[in-house]
Amino acid sequence: MSALLEISELTAHYGDFQALFGVDLVLGQGQTLAIIGANGAGKTTLMRAITGIAQVTAGTVTLDGKRIDPLTAPDILRAGISMVPEGRKLFPSLSVEENLMIGAHARKGSGFWNLARVCELFPVLAERRHQPSTSLSGGQQQMVSIGRALMSNPSVLLCDELSLGLAPVIIREIYAAFPTIRESGTAIIVVEQDIGQALQVADTVHCMMEGRITLSGRPGDLSREAIHDAYFGITHS
Amino acid sequence: MIWLDTLLQGLLLGGLYALFAAGLSLVFGIMRLVNLAHGDLIVLGAYVILGIGTAFGLNPFVAALIALPLMFLLGWVLQTVLLNRVLGDDILPPLLVTFGLSVVIQNALLEGFSADSRKLPVGPIEAESFSIGSVSIGVMPLVTFGSAILVILCLNWIFYRTALGRAFRATSDDAVTAQLMGIRPKRVFALATGIALVVATIAALYLGARANFDPSIGPARLLYAFEAVIIGGLGSLWGTLIGGLVIGVAQAFGAALNPEWQILAGHIAFVLILLVRPRGLFPRAYD
Repeated sequence: MSALLEISELTAHYGDFQALFGVDLVLGQGQTLAIIGANGAGKTTLMRAITGIAQVTAGTVTLDGKRIDPLTAPDILRAGISMVPEGRKLFPSLSVEENLMIGAHARKGSGFWNLARVCELFPVLAERRHQPSTSLSGGQQQMVSIGRALMSNPSVLLCDELSLGLAPVIIREIYAAFPTIRESGTAIIVVEQDIGQALQVADTVHCMMEGRITLSGRPGDLSREAIHDAYFGITHS
Repeated sequence: MIWLDTLLQGLLLGGLYALFAAGLSLVFGIMRLVNLAHGDLIVLGAYVILGIGTAFGLNPFVAALIALPLMFLLGWVLQTVLLNRVLGDDILPPLLVTFGLSVVIQNALLEGFSADSRKLPVGPIEAESFSIGSVSIGVMPLVTFGSAILVILCLNWIFYRTALGRAFRATSDDAVTAQLMGIRPKRVFALATGIALVVATIAALYLGARANFDPSIGPARLLYAFEAVIIGGLGSLWGTLIGGLVIGVAQAFGAALNPEWQILAGHIAFVLILLVRPRGLFPRAYD
């Protein structure tokens, strides 16, 4: 397995507050990786640092062998990393279709994902494409946010807290789209508080605590107790 | 019938005010920037048209065609090297910078062109008019009004039917998330200010053709423009047109009652509408 995205010794600050402490991660081609952890563990900061929204203060991020950490957010998107932000963050003055189209703003040439393919993935969006994005339910808004991120045909898709505030049945419906996204060749990083969901979709799982990765492994290799302890920061002496 | 005539003249005058206001409305709608130098940039546009027309012996309408791309470029540069640096969460720095810019433009024009009143020589069209029944309509005011409608139509088309307009609206909604879509907000802002100065130049053509202008008249034009934008509701281009018409009609009726009341009547209409609709006639749903 060759490394597509490689994060090494990544450190990030908000002003004087250090939010990440030398994080290392490797994501292979077509792989799905899950990052779990409690509130404030640094998961979202890590996503924001990868996409150029949060300032990286040390360490490197390389995509396909090229360093992307010095780039601005719009250039990192062009390099091939797209994000479904926490809280969905749809543009309220744009319709559903316009929200999807804006995802292709920087795209050059063609790729697997386009408006028709996204509407195939989430058929409900085709019916509502001309509605204001604010008129959709939370789950449908999450579908728009995923579709919007796919429209740039990214090589890596970052999903930040997809399940936040959604009913379990809706969460299952959204995660049902993941096999298709993987088949399109897109590697995925999911950040989740919902451990069960994360273990189901991921090839590898990393647990974060206070800005550090405290546990890594394949879902089958990790015991429930180990994950539980890493999640809540329990150490056995 | 005199009331009908007054109403019509007011509407036609309102077209000019809508042109003053459209660029201001566009810039405010996209980047929440209140450009206090907008009136002076319109006056600058009038001098650019005058300068090109005089230098090459061109009719002001032709000179304006040359001035349009120059003013677009000026807007782009102004935003890139100056205004982008002061835009942020705090609205005070851009207000101060554009206020300073207003002073600089006025003094530069005074230095370059003196305080003498000028006028754009548009030729015989200036005095032409036709009658419908007992109402007489000037050709220039009608062309001005038509241009205002056309400008608002074009801006609306850009805003709601093009990829650039989509980027304008997305950036206005949420500049950080827009960056995650590959949009570069500073470039979007530079294009918006460029377009705003194109509209300002069209306004300048009709301003200079209709009446005398000198380097000091910018701030008063800004005030009319500002009132039109507020009456219409911040960020709504059609609202801005309606706002311009409201001020034009109010001024025309004020002048009909007493010539000294023209300007005052416009301001009173502005205050009355704010009392009834504090967010203007057509406010945006999301702010």
